[in-house]
Amino acid sequence: MEQRSSDSTKFEPKILAFLCNWCSYAGADLAGVSRFQYPSTIRVIRVPCSGRVNPLYIVKALQNGFDAVLVSGCHPGDCHYITGNYYARRKFALVKRYLDYLGLEPERVQFSWVSASEGARFAQIIKKITDDVKKLGPLVYFKKSISLKEKAL
Amino acid sequence: MKQAEREIISNTKKLLADNRIDVFIGYEQGTLPFRTSPCFVHTDPEVQKLVWNSFCANNLSVYLPHLLRQRKGHEHTRVGILCKGCDNRSVVELIKEKQLSRDDIVIIGISCAGIVDSTKLQSRLNGGRIIGFDETPDAIVVRLENEEKTFKKSEFLCEACRHCAHPIPNVYDILVRSEQLFPQPVVSDPRVTEFRARNRDQRWRTLEHEMSKCIRCYACRNACPNCYCKECFAEQTAPKWIGVTNDLSDIIFFHVMRIFHQAGRCVDCGACVRACPMGVDLRLFTRMLVDEVTDRFGYEPGLSTKDNAPLSAYRIDDEQTFMVEPE
Repeated sequence: MEQRSSDSTKFEPKILAFLCNWCSYAGADLAGVSRFQYPSTIRVIRVPCSGRVNPLYIVKALQNGFDAVLVSGCHPGDCHYITGNYYARRKFALVKRYLDYLGLEPERVQFSWVSASEGARFAQIIKKITDDVKKLGPLVYFKKSISLKEKAL
Repeated sequence: MKQAEREIISNTKKLLADNRIDVFIGYEQGTLPFRTSPCFVHTDPEVQKLVWNSFCANNLSVYLPHLLRQRKGHEHTRVGILCKGCDNRSVVELIKEKQLSRDDIVIIGISCAGIVDSTKLQSRLNGGRIIGFDETPDAIVVRLENEEKTFKKSEFLCEACRHCAHPIPNVYDILVRSEQLFPQPVVSDPRVTEFRARNRDQRWRTLEHEMSKCIRCYACRNACPNCYCKECFAEQTAPKWIGVTNDLSDIIFFHVMRIFHQAGRCVDCGACVRACPMGVDLRLFTRMLVDEVTDRFGYEPGLSTKDNAPLSAYRIDDEQTFMVEPE
């Protein structure tokens, strides 16, 4: 099932999405209930707050085969834990800029605010990220190749 | 140089005699000509070992968290320490992070004009046998078997020292003024801007090239005063964040995350670069986060114990143009 071709029309990116339980996950759920169509490229991990996401999760995701990572939280001022998303905002600004400096395409590490009522917005964001990553192709930098077969390719 | 050394020795003697400290951390002559070693002085006769010269490189504050870790039933060790500008910034950071209290230590600050890169100097001597060296305010005169060679200090300074903005300690109990010449007004470090100007593939190849030299000895981590974690993320097995082998992806992520853990804390002392036995160009990667934190949050680490660490604080209007919006 692994896609080896780098033909962008055939390439289906794998995107890991960390969604905060109170806003973004609910927003994604609303998108589903409202039958908004969006690409089925994301794999979701529900976290209590965007501030819970450790940059090491992003690193591990990129190392192990994801082509992109999304972290989505509540809008500033609306965090269920009051200030979690503020800390997250600072942390992820640095993560994105740092990985960009080292060579990783910034479109592969994305952050967004999606509230629980923004089902359509969630679908649009996923469409945008999927399109961006499709254009870039499969992840080359940072990926850990663990099999001899992969190394030979 | 000699005057500063004498002052350090006499101050240390007095601190020990007045029973203000149990141990003093300074530098002594190393086993090789252009090296000094950290030195732990407990008694008066040992004080004579202390030296001060342009090879006093180590960041001595790396020993503080271990010495001052409170142990039940044990008496508190009182520590005296010699701090250059950069070492002092590290001490301030450790105080902020509650690894030690200001009252636990007596700081002898010393103004510093930069440390000479002993590897670079050594390589210029083409293997000639070194008898000794003398220091003048702006040069090192090396005495070889058959001749004397003079080297201008400014040409051999460590990279971090060339761009040092705070050579004089801010927080101290005693300040010793060294008669070294002060460096030129700080020129902003071009490394980060130059590296950013290269294209993405080149940057990745440079990262790969540098990191492929790494042997995972962890000397950089052990030399860094900010790396005082009892269990490092790199060696955690539950969860296992990264592998411990020299697989390139694991090496890269070790450094990327160790440096990222320094965001807002790294004082650019250069200890990691000096400690690396393989000559990995770490500063190219560490410097970026130092500049980014200063630009983005207007914060410089190590200047005051009253500052708030940038990642433990926030502003309602923090910049968020990096976030994704649907088209």
